[in-house]
Amino acid sequence: MAIEIKAGEAYGFFTDTSICIGCKACEVACKEWNSLQGDEPAFLADSFDNTGQLDAQNWRHVKFIDNVPDQSVNAGNGTAWLMMSDVCKHCKHASCLEVCPTGAIIRTEFDTVFIQQDVCNGCRNCISACPYSVIGFNAQTGTAHKCTMCYDRLQAGMIPACAKACPTESIQFGPLADLHKAADVRLAALHSQGVTQAQLYGRDDKFYGGLPAFFLLMDKPETYGLPNADNAGLPSRNNVGGYIAALVTAVLGTIAGIVAFRRRGTS
Amino acid sequence: MYLAAEHFVRAPEWLWYILGYFFFAGLAGGSYALATLLRLVGDSRDEHAARLGYYASFITLLICPFLLTADLGASWWKFWHMLVDVTPGNTGFNFIYWSPMSMGAWTLFVFGIFATVSALEAFMLDRRRSAGADPGRPLGGAVGLTFNIVGALFALFLASYTGVLLSVSNQPVWSDTWMLGGLFLASGLSGSAALIALLARYRPAASFSRARLRMADGYFSVLEIVLLVVFFITIAAAGTVGRTLPWLPLWTLALVGIATPLVAARGHAPVSTGGGSAVIARAGTNTLVISALVLLGVLTLRAAVIFSAQ
Repeated sequence: MAIEIKAGEAYGFFTDTSICIGCKACEVACKEWNSLQGDEPAFLADSFDNTGQLDAQNWRHVKFIDNVPDQSVNAGNGTAWLMMSDVCKHCKHASCLEVCPTGAIIRTEFDTVFIQQDVCNGCRNCISACPYSVIGFNAQTGTAHKCTMCYDRLQAGMIPACAKACPTESIQFGPLADLHKAADVRLAALHSQGVTQAQLYGRDDKFYGGLPAFFLLMDKPETYGLPNADNAGLPSRNNVGGYIAALVTAVLGTIAGIVAFRRRGTS
Repeated sequence: MYLAAEHFVRAPEWLWYILGYFFFAGLAGGSYALATLLRLVGDSRDEHAARLGYYASFITLLICPFLLTADLGASWWKFWHMLVDVTPGNTGFNFIYWSPMSMGAWTLFVFGIFATVSALEAFMLDRRRSAGADPGRPLGGAVGLTFNIVGALFALFLASYTGVLLSVSNQPVWSDTWMLGGLFLASGLSGSAALIALLARYRPAASFSRARLRMADGYFSVLEIVLLVVFFITIAAAGTVGRTLPWLPLWTLALVGIATPLVAARGHAPVSTGGGSAVIARAGTNTLVISALVLLGVLTLRAAVIFSAQ
């Protein structure tokens, strides 16, 4: 179905991990379109995944989560590997955007989060803040990089490369409101089939005000390396406490200095 | 603070340059604040140590921008983007009060003016004194007083915001506590007292203030210990205290640095400027050892905090 992409409307990804087959077509399409060289190949020895992580060269990463017991299983009671095409969540309340001191990280006309490469100066405060380990530092450019949700393609009226390439439609792109409806329908269908562990992650505002790139998960968020609702905090939560502790210390330190230095005839 | 916090973040790889910056920023801010206190509430004989404090603040501050710029790597030439937003159509000054890094950049800039002027004034006073001219302060009266006090406020912020910056993240350890701003400030004040006392060793006229600086250092150490205990309680509650264990040698050195002024204070004997040369020489050696240990503690405390998360 063709999507008319208009500035001023919120767009996003709905990634349904229940139908991801781990083909990594999304990773390849992302690298192709964005001219990403990828990291040096490495044997990670923990699964068939050799991408490893999202970083400056990997803006889509298909996680292979091997939670299958080693012993044989009988027909019908086996479990499958979990696969998830991870990506920047483009959080409504984005930690990276909150702490960026240069104004390099902006929210675009498509309600996505974008790092302006000519403004970013490589301070890496966004990397320290991102709770999803999405942003990577490119030493060659001296700047931070992450998924742009194919900002250039959106401006040209095209859907992002990863969603275009996904053969199972595990990655769906579209107006956020439409994606929310599709996700609700899919979740209800899975629950009606007895797949009660299925859950939506980032569909509501429990995670950073809502995630434009949200997921249907087949296990708890921590299994996929995603913080749960209790751990999804913005960096600014420590601003007031941090400054109050500093202020109290400053007052006590000043009093200590006054006591030690107060005028006396002798040392 | 979250109980049993789980973190899935990537480390920002803030390493040696940032460690160096945190160290020198703590000393720059702490030295200015102590110099101002010595001048405001101290004896007239404390003025020599106060000037040493302004010199120390200026010199240590000079190093800071170079370390920060070097840490940017290939984008070093965009260091000024910290202050100016160059986004097309949205250019202007960056003053993002909820981002400690933005606040810190501005503080570094503004405090630089105070530190430079105060060091220049101290230099002029020393020149006049050595020339036997009128030692009256160029920045005297209420203006000078206000200048030093406002400068000291920026100095205290500079010495503390680096800790708040770490806490305002999603990194393990750092974001699991709100104590780091206070801890870094207390540590910076302690290190600055040690630094000024060390410098006073080479300026006989300032030796009057050495005992007072040692006493202040003892108080700052007590403050540090209290803050360190609260720091460990908060990260233990968050379940991330185990991350500090691999850096136990650094924590131990930091503790030695914190404890040194307290041990020194217990065995402290006032140094009389009229004492024999042997007494003064021994006191000088003690000052060198004590100050070196305290400064090492200031450095290793920051290293332990920075590396525990990464």
